Amino acid sequence: MLRLETRPQPSKVMSMASPLIALAVTVLIGVVLFWILGKDPLRGLQMFFYEPMKNVYGLAELSVKATPLILIALGLAVCYRSNVWNIGAEGQYIFGALGGGWVAMQAGPGTEWMGHAYVIPILLAGVLGGMFWAAIVALLRDRFSANEILVSLMLVYVADLLLGWLVNGPWQDPNGHNFPQTINFLAQTKLPRLIPGLRAHIGLLVALVAVGCFWVFLFRTYRGFALQVGGLAPAAARYAGFSARSALWVGLLISGGMAGLAGALEAAGPLGQLTPYVPAGYGFAAIIVAYVGRLHPVGIVFSGFLMSLFYIGGELAQSRLGLPKALTGVFQGLLLFTLLACDTLIFYRVRWRSSAAPQGASRVTAVVASTAAKEA
Amino acid sequence: MDGLELLIAASLNAGTALAIAGIGLLINERAGILNLGAEGMMLVAAIAGFATAVHTGSPWLAFVVGMLAGAALSACFGVLVIWLNTNQVATGLALSIFGGGFSAFVGIPYVQEKLGEQTQFQIPLLADIPFFGPALFRQHPMVYIAIALVAALAWFLYCTRAGLVLRAIGESPESAHALGYPVRRIRLMAVLAGGAMCGLAGAYISVIYTPLWVEGMIAGKGWIALALTTFATWRPARVLLGAYLFGGVTMLQFYLQGRGVHVPSQFLSMLPYLSTVVVLVLISRNAAWIRANMPASLGKSFFPGS
Repeated sequence: MLRLETRPQPSKVMSMASPLIALAVTVLIGVVLFWILGKDPLRGLQMFFYEPMKNVYGLAELSVKATPLILIALGLAVCYRSNVWNIGAEGQYIFGALGGGWVAMQAGPGTEWMGHAYVIPILLAGVLGGMFWAAIVALLRDRFSANEILVSLMLVYVADLLLGWLVNGPWQDPNGHNFPQTINFLAQTKLPRLIPGLRAHIGLLVALVAVGCFWVFLFRTYRGFALQVGGLAPAAARYAGFSARSALWVGLLISGGMAGLAGALEAAGPLGQLTPYVPAGYGFAAIIVAYVGRLHPVGIVFSGFLMSLFYIGGELAQSRLGLPKALTGVFQGLLLFTLLACDTLIFYRVRWRSSAAPQGASRVTAVVASTAAKEA
Repeated sequence: MDGLELLIAASLNAGTALAIAGIGLLINERAGILNLGAEGMMLVAAIAGFATAVHTGSPWLAFVVGMLAGAALSACFGVLVIWLNTNQVATGLALSIFGGGFSAFVGIPYVQEKLGEQTQFQIPLLADIPFFGPALFRQHPMVYIAIALVAALAWFLYCTRAGLVLRAIGESPESAHALGYPVRRIRLMAVLAGGAMCGLAGAYISVIYTPLWVEGMIAGKGWIALALTTFATWRPARVLLGAYLFGGVTMLQFYLQGRGVHVPSQFLSMLPYLSTVVVLVLISRNAAWIRANMPASLGKSFFPGS
């Protein structure tokens, strides 16, 4: 029978290969799914993996969607590495859009002297908005030990409703024919584009700079190290005197701030106004991005673009093949599922063994190693 | 909605789904498994149940299909976390994300569908009592079945040997394993039972409570049910109480709107979510009390032989 045998050490190769195997399995399931739906699987795959990348326009669109995903996932990676479970990035993203949107709406004749530098306060307001929303989670966890998973998720719904109220009420465009939307932000507030004619904006550069910053923070600073020890071995972290409280606050504030930044970039970039459709699920998809990217800043760049492919592929499959856009969500969920299953191969190897075979001494060491590995 | 008796009736109705999902998650958590996939399972069960009801016209068959859908999804989750030792939080999240996408995907043809007229249920004689009749005794049978399920679970957990074993596994899988209990198989059964209950709750929402299908229609009820287990400090009866309380909060918005209270509807809609946060804070602030009640192995994977 097949059995799992613990590896003496977690496999580095598998930790890299696992996302690729997971992607392959997801694609395979996708092929079966297309076939069941009576669509040509090749055409389906083409929509997801070729069409979005075949020209500059497609690549620019890809970067527009990848930008918020990468930014949010970077913050979440820090959070998850320190074992703080912020799953409400979607809410923090909305709050970032609210903060950035509010500053954008203040632009007028009095701010013209600032020129395009006006986007700086917009983005700062976004970061602060996201941080504020995440700080509530941190505060309730810190002061009252309320579960951060549930609180952060509940606050997504609250943020969503708050946005709905603002764009239907105080922030509604008076000349908007009663549509639930704010005014169109002035040109001054728009993010500068990278290449004229394409929607790719400076957010991509911000994201890439952030990748570098996060790499340095995680792997080259004392605080980043302390955060990770707290996540890997809480007892060791306590012994070393690393504060779990500060890990909680740092993790949540960073991830909230990054989600807020993504929200503000989105508001001042592709959207250009606030509507009830600001939340596009990036906050949840970024959880998958963070995992598929191995909670590593560089990995997140790849997984961010991969997830962006899923988004655009879903849209193309809708417009060209008449398939529902919800396909994106199916594939995203499947990818995370298969990834988690494949990650088993990092810690265990599959062995074919007759059930009568004696269980060797390797089992004992295996168990010890597995407990250590599972802590990771 | 106007009268207080109707508010009570609606609260019981709204609380029923939460109660069913809540005790399902309670079974999981008593065995040491934290399943954050409740929302996803409820969504998939909701569309599975709704589609069944549309095609067959039978709500009871819809409940069965919903339970099967919930159990099937929870089986995937169970195999991953119990045998492959994956992280329970991440796997549960994956289930919720997948369930959200999958239900939206298969539910598209059913968005405009309507179910036939529902028969009004009432308990003879009792239903005619003024005030109490309309408040308590004119509910769908599932409302009473939910109460019976809670009682049955309480009896199972505290009065049967199997219940004791389940609780023992949740407290210390190592000890239960040493005593010779098949920890992983029992955990899987708990996960399946929990999935089936979440499925039943999801189908009840789409077939009886709403009754219609909209993408994402569970609207956080799965997460609220998860919060309920903490609120109830892992006791079945308190889950029921909490569920009715949250049902009441959900219904309060319609009641207040009916009364002409001038608060934007969005703020009233926030009430269930905000009260979940408030309740979590109130319950959790006594950390020692939570620790004393929480199944000790909750969320930790178990590798037999350790």
